Amino acid sequence: MEKERHVLVVFPHPDDEAFGVSGTIASHINMGTPVTYACLTLGQMGRNMGNPPFANRETLPAIRKKELKDAARAMGINDLRMLGFRDKTVEFEDENMLANLMSSLITELNPSLVITFYPGYSVHPDHEATGAAVVSAVEKIPEADRPKLHCVAFSRNCVEELGEPDIVHDISAVVDIKLDAIRAHRSQTELMLEEMADKLKEKDPKTMAWLNNERFWTYKFS
Amino acid sequence: MDPVIISEVQEALDRFKDKEVYIHLETTNGAYASHNNESFFSSGAYIRNAKVIYERAKITGEGPFRTGLKIPFGWVYAEGITHFEIDDKGRLLLAGHDFNGKLAVALEISETPFE
Repeated sequence: MEKERHVLVVFPHPDDEAFGVSGTIASHINMGTPVTYACLTLGQMGRNMGNPPFANRETLPAIRKKELKDAARAMGINDLRMLGFRDKTVEFEDENMLANLMSSLITELNPSLVITFYPGYSVHPDHEATGAAVVSAVEKIPEADRPKLHCVAFSRNCVEELGEPDIVHDISAVVDIKLDAIRAHRSQTELMLEEMADKLKEKDPKTMAWLNNERFWTYKFS
Repeated sequence: MDPVIISEVQEALDRFKDKEVYIHLETTNGAYASHNNESFFSSGAYIRNAKVIYERAKITGEGPFRTGLKIPFGWVYAEGITHFEIDDKGRLLLAGHDFNGKLAVALEISETPFE
């Protein structure tokens, strides 16, 4: 992993960072690189309420806000920005406003690396809209001055159309931090971690490979 | 939230009758439904802080329950309600959780706008 000047991570939901990027984030922080995580929403529309339910539609945002802060702490992120949008509405916002917001973050932080979702290949409409806003902000910067743009993709067609990811980070050195970040988003991850508990304990190779490898595609500007 | 007790929900519904109230209504399959199962047709609807006055309201069914509000020129209803809560702000929160506990539908009524 290259040493960066500053890393800016932009995702729409608390927990978007946990599975795919938290090991990468923790690795950068371990190298002394400042990381800013800009999270657009509080995941207000999450559906996991527990069984029996421990949350309702009105208490969930506060719960997820706390989980997001806990996850940031687990990863060692000192600069967490909560941008105040509502879950599932990002795609309906004004695209220019979103892109300008991303431009202002980039101008302020001057990151050498930006991480977001790959527009067109990231399934959730909020992911797509967030990725598109970041791409459009980076695109406005003269090519020579652009930060690197690494994107997470997981749609069914992503490998077929984008090829294999050109960046794969083995984050096994910080896998415990990653698991802490995942656990921090308890309202969303508890059920899944329960199902995975035995596999994690036995260090099942498939589960460990999924956990230890974080995959990115460098954005291809046309 | 607790499993629906019809009498308590009906009492709460009646308390808001003829008052200006704010409604939150949503139904969803989750954004990943079609990603996880390509043959699944994903749909959903969402309205937050619609201001209405209703003249009658009823919760009915044998569980999961249905709730309907009759408003001056139409109706608001939700199907699949399993749980309820009257929160510390006196709002009536109704929710339908699927077999895995995931939220499938919500209908909420409040005298002040939801945040």
